[in-house]
Amino acid sequence: MSSVETRTACKPGDYKSDIKPIWCPGCGDYHVLLSFTRAFAQLGLVPEETVVVSGIGCSSRIPAYTSCYGFHGVHGRSLALATGLKVSRPDLTVVVASGDGDGYSIGGNHFLHACRRNIDMTYVVMDNRVYGMTKGQPSPTTEPDFDTALSPGGTGLSPFHPLVIALAAGANFVARAFSGEPNGTASILAEAIRHPGFSFVEVLSPCVTFRPDEREWKNLMHPAPVAATGDPGKAARRIMTDDGFNIGILYRGSRRPFQAKMGATRVDPAELEKDFAL
Amino acid sequence: MSTSIPAIFNLADLLAIAYQIEADAVERYTLLADQMETHNNPELMKVFRDLARAEGIHAEEIRRLAGDIDLTGRANPLRSGWPGGESPEEVDLGAAHYLMTPWHALQLSLAGEKRALAFFTSIADTAKDAKVKEMAAEFVEEEAEHVNLVYRLLRKYPKPADSWSRDGDPPSAQG
Amino acid sequence: MPEAENVSIAIVGSGGAGALTAGNLLLEAASMAGWHGLLTRTVGPQIRGGEAAALVRLASRPVECLADRFDLLIGIDWLNANRFGAEIEVGPNSLVITDPSSGDLPLLVSRAGARVVEVPIKEVAKTIHEGRPNMVALGLATSLLGLSEDLLSTVIGKRLAEKGQTAIDASRAGLKAGIAAAAGLDLGMHLAAPKPCAAQRWFVSGNETTGLGAIRGGIRFAAAYPITPASEILEWLAPNLPKVGGVLFQAEDELAAINMIIGASFGGTPAMTATSGPGLALMIEALGLATAAEIPIVVVDVMRAGPSTGIPTKSEQADLNIAVYGLHGDAPHLVLGSQSIADCLFTTQWAVHLAEALQAPAIVLSDQFIGQAVAVIDRPADIAFIGQRAAALPQAGVYKRYAISAGGVSPMAIPGMRGGQYTADGLTHNELGTPTSSENDHRAQLDKRRAKLEQFAYGDHWATIEGDGELAVVTWGSLTGAAREAIEQVHGDGLNVRLIAPRLLFPIQSERFTAALDGIKRILVVEQSHSGQFHRYLRAHYDLPEDVRVLSRPGPLPIRPSEIRQAIMQWRS
Repeated sequence: MSSVETRTACKPGDYKSDIKPIWCPGCGDYHVLLSFTRAFAQLGLVPEETVVVSGIGCSSRIPAYTSCYGFHGVHGRSLALATGLKVSRPDLTVVVASGDGDGYSIGGNHFLHACRRNIDMTYVVMDNRVYGMTKGQPSPTTEPDFDTALSPGGTGLSPFHPLVIALAAGANFVARAFSGEPNGTASILAEAIRHPGFSFVEVLSPCVTFRPDEREWKNLMHPAPVAATGDPGKAARRIMTDDGFNIGILYRGSRRPFQAKMGATRVDPAELEKDFAL
Repeated sequence: MSTSIPAIFNLADLLAIAYQIEADAVERYTLLADQMETHNNPELMKVFRDLARAEGIHAEEIRRLAGDIDLTGRANPLRSGWPGGESPEEVDLGAAHYLMTPWHALQLSLAGEKRALAFFTSIADTAKDAKVKEMAAEFVEEEAEHVNLVYRLLRKYPKPADSWSRDGDPPSAQG
Repeated sequence: MPEAENVSIAIVGSGGAGALTAGNLLLEAASMAGWHGLLTRTVGPQIRGGEAAALVRLASRPVECLADRFDLLIGIDWLNANRFGAEIEVGPNSLVITDPSSGDLPLLVSRAGARVVEVPIKEVAKTIHEGRPNMVALGLATSLLGLSEDLLSTVIGKRLAEKGQTAIDASRAGLKAGIAAAAGLDLGMHLAAPKPCAAQRWFVSGNETTGLGAIRGGIRFAAAYPITPASEILEWLAPNLPKVGGVLFQAEDELAAINMIIGASFGGTPAMTATSGPGLALMIEALGLATAAEIPIVVVDVMRAGPSTGIPTKSEQADLNIAVYGLHGDAPHLVLGSQSIADCLFTTQWAVHLAEALQAPAIVLSDQFIGQAVAVIDRPADIAFIGQRAAALPQAGVYKRYAISAGGVSPMAIPGMRGGQYTADGLTHNELGTPTSSENDHRAQLDKRRAKLEQFAYGDHWATIEGDGELAVVTWGSLTGAAREAIEQVHGDGLNVRLIAPRLLFPIQSERFTAALDGIKRILVVEQSHSGQFHRYLRAHYDLPEDVRVLSRPGPLPIRPSEIRQAIMQWRS
């Protein structure tokens, strides 16, 4: 996490850009944007030392809606962009935004390795259990019986457990949030950013256009019945046996974050040719 | 949502909380107005801009009352005590729709105002500090006026027909 | 007997015989005696225990390719040696040393009519405690080439240090025994003593000079996924980048590698990766992102025979198409081709400079031949090209990351700079970087990205142009060396030929190419690809004379100077 500069305290509004989001009215991502700005304000982050990196999808539009530096990359590769950035610029605060398609389908491999590497960054996946931007195809977290044009009658496939996968792959902080509780989500995000190593927050964020059934979510959410554990096995078991709507920080690990080795010495490049000199 | 309220021990905290509630409402209504503008619903854009302006006036009044008090700084720690974690007057952005009608907007506003009214009522009822009690009672009156105003506005806008959300065009893929 | 300025030696063996190590030691020792030279290896597909041949050429001047024929062929054994038949040619004047226990001679020897001598290499090795046959073979070569035992002994001590004193002693003993076994044998050549060399010299491979060129150009972050034949670039960078304050990061795949370097470059750190054809194919999408978002990166492609998995250990020049044309949409970017082991340093360093100055990706096409060959080269001259991007400075007002301007390059803000916040995007954007679908913005940014490349002053480095004549040999990459040698040979026969080898393959330098063709009536295009990619590239972008002939074939065999010479001579008129 970047050091906090002493400036006049930043309000959430300071972290919003002038660009008006094109998300459908009713989209959960509006709340998530609020949560981002509130979390950044809570932490007193310096906007020019904060970078929001994303892939492709509705949720990935978020960088341009903040007043921080941003990178809207190609589909599924936000974690790779963020890794290169953070390893070479450990002074920056790096927040990665993705969706269930971008993050768990095409981005699945990078997800595993990012958790494993435990580089200090925060990964926020806005999960709406559908591919919104391309008009409603199933995603890896879509329920097996959800009817879509590309999979009539449902895919018949079990959805992913991204939180459990994150634990197994080595993430250092795992939480579930709900967009409909922006203050609660903001607190979780702030803690995630503060926590060293790779922090993963899955934000359930309804898609009102392609998943109108998700309007029900606000009635299904509830706080996790027990406080976060530091035991990944315990956390995994709890998540695998919950109803999918436990909100809160579920795991706080103590793995040492990845230590990049940039900038240790500054030998003159001319010295390097001694390897070859006869 | 739970019914517990943040501990309001003194006037400064009450003003900070009240300001925050109004400021949040301004933020929400402005956001909704922007959404309606981007999604080509000018009637609703105007409704939300008007609501944002109204809340902004309330916020300014509280700021003037507060004088030098650092309203934002005080409110932040108190936020975590919100019932259900969210501001009472919070407008549920999830209930927005690009084809929504003024009736829908006013319903959202009404719900928010009612929650704010209940919030200040319980502070007024339970506060030990006399100044806090007095100020809270004033806020109760304010909020009651807002509730009444919204009811009056609703007289102008009947509940829309069930087909209000029907769109002649299919969704458009973007990426 | 005339003095020979060149001698070529091949050492063949299998199953851990150590032929490659012997070849390496031989070249290194010869270089210390003043020789220049080149070493390549050819191997079977096994990771261990396979058949292997070290192919060495020693010369009194720098050489950039192997000779047509081997003067000395030492077979530790001949298992599967016919695999090398096309690459190892021996003739009636060649000397072949065979171990009687190896049985029949392979076809590549028996068809050639060479002089064959039997030396019981394996038996001799057995007489030494921990003795190895490759050291005996090395001793034979040492004696026949007139190299000093002391030199070889020194090199053995240096290179086998990590194997322990026993191994060093055994190796030296094997060397001595091999030298003794060569008594009475005659190579049949009078080798010119190597000229004393004033210039400092290096013993180095193209992959290593690529790495050094990258660091000199300013690269400080590399992310990569291992792939043959590029992995040695990564192996060299891994310990050396940290020495200069950088880091090499192993990625989980090429998709991650290319995106990581884009992320690092966005953060202000010049970044690169190295791969081969299959990896480059995976990186294409992100190369488009770097082009559209105007983020400098360098991608080295050490080309190997394709398509698909192809022949990972053999060279070819068939990634030109994907490098120049492979991106979807109109996405002009830099493409360069390294021409020799020494030139890998220049071209890579220059590529970093160009990428940073133009805020664009640069693909550097090297190949397996120069990447993995080891040569003795004169120390390349220092060049001043350092990557330096136009940095945005804190300013009042709104920052326009993609501002339209005369030269096409807009100053780039780096995270940390207050007021420079923008969101880099692959989506078509306006000057602010905000996504747009307006035809004016789309056109303006396409124009900008093309203009910045076309208006840059590349200088004379865009191509190697040598000599005069009516005929020009037009080639690129590692074939530049073979073409140069062929041209020298025909010059000796009284024919003048020009050499034109573009180093900058994109953006196209039409006017300069036309100027290079001044006085040229016929061109011979030489390239190592099945479909003639370079020939078609030339036809697509340049005005060529009417008389064009093409010498093109795919890998795995290198195109030799003698073949080019023959093509030139056949076209005399």
